[in-house]
Amino acid sequence: MTHNSETAQNQHNQSLHSWLLSETPTSRRQAKLSVIYHSWLAFKSNPMAMAGLVILVLLLICAAFAPFLTTHDPFEQDLALGLSAPGENGFWLGSDNLGRDIYSRLIYGSRITLYIVTLVAVMAPIAGLFIGTLAGYLGGWLDFVLMRITDIFLAFPRLILALAFVSVLGAGIENAVLAIVLTAWPPYARIARAETLTIRNADFISAVKLQGAGPLRIIVRHIWPLCISSLVIRVTLDMAGIILTAAGLGFLGLGAQPPSPEWGAMISAGRKFILYHWWVATMPGLAIFVVSLAFNLLGDGLRDVLDPKGKS
Amino acid sequence: MSPFPSFLSATFRILISIVITMIGLLLITFFIGRVMPIDPVLSIVGESASRATYDEAYIRLGLDKPLIVQFFNFLIDVFRGDFGESLLTARPVSQDLIRVFPATLELATVGTIIGVLVGVPLGVIAAVKQGTWFDHVARVVALIGYSMPVFWIGLIGLLVFYGILGWVGGPGRLDIFYVDMIPSVTGMILIDSLLAGDMDIFWNAVSHIMLPAGLLAYYSLAYISRMTRSFMLEQLEQEYITTARVKGLSEHTVVWRHALGNVKVQLVTVIALSYAGLLEGSVLTETIFSWPGIGLYITTALLSADMNAVLGGTIVVGLVFVCLNILADLLYKVFDPRAR
Repeated sequence: MTHNSETAQNQHNQSLHSWLLSETPTSRRQAKLSVIYHSWLAFKSNPMAMAGLVILVLLLICAAFAPFLTTHDPFEQDLALGLSAPGENGFWLGSDNLGRDIYSRLIYGSRITLYIVTLVAVMAPIAGLFIGTLAGYLGGWLDFVLMRITDIFLAFPRLILALAFVSVLGAGIENAVLAIVLTAWPPYARIARAETLTIRNADFISAVKLQGAGPLRIIVRHIWPLCISSLVIRVTLDMAGIILTAAGLGFLGLGAQPPSPEWGAMISAGRKFILYHWWVATMPGLAIFVVSLAFNLLGDGLRDVLDPKGKS
Repeated sequence: MSPFPSFLSATFRILISIVITMIGLLLITFFIGRVMPIDPVLSIVGESASRATYDEAYIRLGLDKPLIVQFFNFLIDVFRGDFGESLLTARPVSQDLIRVFPATLELATVGTIIGVLVGVPLGVIAAVKQGTWFDHVARVVALIGYSMPVFWIGLIGLLVFYGILGWVGGPGRLDIFYVDMIPSVTGMILIDSLLAGDMDIFWNAVSHIMLPAGLLAYYSLAYISRMTRSFMLEQLEQEYITTARVKGLSEHTVVWRHALGNVKVQLVTVIALSYAGLLEGSVLTETIFSWPGIGLYITTALLSADMNAVLGGTIVVGLVFVCLNILADLLYKVFDPRAR
C-alpha cells in the first residue's frame, strides 16, 4: 500500500470510527453497529482473547485451504519411510508407523475437529433452547417434567454417558457427535429457562399477546432472540470441553475410525511408539491442546465483554 | 440449630430429589441397554441355536413382558446388587466392580488431596495479589489445565518421567513382582501395605500412583484455584476485612484466618464437586496408566461389547457422582447458617 492511499484509508477509518462511536446515533442500524463496535473494542483490548481468536482464524484457514497447505497426501503410505523423525525425509513433523506425513494429517484433521465442534455447537444449544424456553414459558407440569429430565442428565458424568451412548449407537464421527449432544444440552436448557422466566412477564410480551400472538410465535420470535447471547457465551466456554470429549472418544476408538486423520485417534495410534518415537503421539496432542486453549481464551474474553453482569 | 423442623423438611425434600434422580439414572441406563443393537438372547444361546432354545432364553430373560415390567425387574435386580454376569470375566459384574472400585477411589482421593493442597493456596495468593504477574501466571496455569487432553499429557508424562528420567513407576499399581504379595483389606494398596507393615511395597505403590494422581490433581487444582480466587476476592472486599486491618491484625491473619475461614463452606462444595469430576476423569487416565480401576473396566468392557459390565459400571459411577453432588449440597446446608 502506498503512503497516499494509506492516509486516505486512515481518514476513512477515522470517520467510520467516529460514526460508530457517536453518542447520538441517527438510525437504528447505527445504534446497533455502535454496540457491536464497542464490544469489539473491549474485546480487542484483551490480549489473551485476541490470541485465542487469531489461533482459531488460523485453524479455519488450515481447514479451508488444506490441499494447498499440505506437503503430502494425508492417506498416502510409504512403509520404507515409516517413523521418520521430524524434519527427516521431508516430513516436517515426522511420519507415523505407516509412513504417512503427520503434518499433512494434522492439517486435514482440523476439518474433522471443526466438523464435530460445529455440529455439537449448533445442535446442543438448539435442543437446550427448545426445551428450556418451552419449560419456562408454558410452566406447570411440563416445566416440572422437563426440568427433572434435565437434572437427571446433568447428574450423569458426561464422558461415561457419552461412552454408553456410543456403545449403543456404534462407533463413528456422527454417533460421537450425537452422543456428545445428548450429554451437552442440559446446561443450555437451564440457561434458556432462566432467561425465559425473567422475560415472560415483561410488558412487551403482554403487548404481543394482546395483538393475538400464540405461544409458539412468542417463543420463536420474541424469546429466542433474547436468549441467544447468554447461550453463545456458554457455547464458546464449552467448546474446549467438546473438543476434549470428542478427542477422548476418538482415542478410545469410539469416534472417527482409521484411516481418518482425527487427532484423538492419531494419539491412540502413536501410543504404541511413545517411548522411542515420541513425535507420533505428541504432535496431534499439541494440536488438540492449542485449539482447546484458544477456545478457552476466546470464551474467557467473550464472557468479559458480553456478560452484562460482569460489566458494571 | 434452632430451626430444626425446617432443616428436617429440607432434608426430606433432598431425599425425594435423590430418589427421582436415581430412578431417572437407572431409567436411562435401562433404555441404553434395551435399544442396543446387540441381541442379548443371541449372545447367550449363540448363532446356531434352534428357534425353541431361542424362545426359551427370550422368556427366561423376561423380554416377553411389557417394558414397564422389565424396568421394574431391572430396578429390583439393581437394588439387590445384581448387574448380571460379565462376558469378559465370566463373573458377576457386581463382584468385578467391588474389586476394581477401590483402585479408582485411591487414585481420585490422592489426586484430590494434592489438588486441594496446591490449589487452595494458589487461589488465595492469586486473589491477594490480584492483577500482578502471580495472578496472571495462576490464571494461565488453570487455563492450560482446562485445555489439556488428559490421555495425551498422561502419555507424555510416562515418556518423560518413566521412559527418560526413570523417576516414577510405570503403568499399573505396583511392579509386577510385588503384585498380590500383601492381603487385600481395603483394596487400596497404599493403605493395605501400611496395614501389612511392608514399606517396600508402600513406596513402590507411591512411585506408581504419583504420576496419574499428579495429573488428576492438576485438573482439580485448575478448578479449585479459580473458584478459591473468586470466593476470596468477594470476601476481601467486605468491610469486616477492613475492620480487622484497622484493628492492627497482621495481613497473614486477615487473609488466612478471617477471609479464608469464611469461604471454607463454599470450598467444601467445590472440592466435593471436583472429587466427583476426578472419579469420572479417571476413565481416560486409567486407560493410559493400565490402572485396574472402574474406568479401565468400563472401557475394556465397551470394546468387547460386554454390555452388562458397561451398564453396571455406568450405574455405579453415576450413583457415586450423584451422591457426591448431593453431599456437596448437604454440606453447604449443614455448615452455612444462611442456607438453612
